[in-house]
Amino acid sequence: MNAPRFKPGDRVKVLKAYPPGHIRTPFYIRGCTGEIERICGAFPNPEELALMRTGLPAQPLYRVRFLQKDVWPGYSGGPGDVVEVEIFQHWLDPA
Amino acid sequence: MNDQGKYRPLSYFQLMEISLRELLVEKGILTNEQVDAEVEDMRQRTPERGAKVVARAWTDSDFRKRLLENGTKACEELGLDIPALKLVVVENTPEVHNAIVCTLCSCYPRMLLGIPPDWYKSRNYRSRMVREPRAVLAEFGLKFPEHVQIRVHDSSADMRYMVLPMRPAGTEGWTEERLAGLVNRDSMIGVAVPKGPND
Repeated sequence: MNAPRFKPGDRVKVLKAYPPGHIRTPFYIRGCTGEIERICGAFPNPEELALMRTGLPAQPLYRVRFLQKDVWPGYSGGPGDVVEVEIFQHWLDPA
Repeated sequence: MNDQGKYRPLSYFQLMEISLRELLVEKGILTNEQVDAEVEDMRQRTPERGAKVVARAWTDSDFRKRLLENGTKACEELGLDIPALKLVVVENTPEVHNAIVCTLCSCYPRMLLGIPPDWYKSRNYRSRMVREPRAVLAEFGLKFPEHVQIRVHDSSADMRYMVLPMRPAGTEGWTEERLAGLVNRDSMIGVAVPKGPND
């Protein structure tokens, strides 16, 4: 597996990229900045699995916590509301 | 299976399922018994399983701790095998309310909650639960003051999530079995909260 580059508490930015294929990074979160909540482990890369490849080396997978007001312009809920999303390491940059 | 009653033409997907199943059996890749056993196993998976886990967490604080640390491992203690999936249990508190959604498809902790309800798979729920969770929760009858943090979990990859709801007041001294009776499917998705004798 690839070594984890981030640890809980690190600020990260999701790549704003739109490659074709089977991508597990939801559109709405691309380009957003959040904080690593936990390392979930390492899993075969689903983008490769979808092409019948092994997906190895396994990619570290993180739960990233985003403030809703940073994700949706004009979010109308509470200021502390968050959304947590699982993001693979190769979709994250340090922020 | 339950095909008695009125004749209705098979849908595209029903026809595809039957054709594929018959081919697999004909070619000796699967037996009918194996298919039946798998269907039976799926039927056994109901929200009562999840409710059992919640009730145990309410009555055993050490178990609760282990459950929050590693959901998969803690469920094994109750004889619940969660093969190849990582279960993350998220806990509701007076300050935090959790809710689960899968915006990409319909990932769901089937091993603990069974078959997901149709609304969970609907575009409406999947798109709005991340964008305006408070409005969606209100439609389910849940309203929270602004200071309560709404934490939405998008199961976008390999983990599965279950909400550990708060134990209702007035249930002190209840047995695990009785407590489990308060916990329904929706409260483990986070679109309901269990009601106690005082509610």
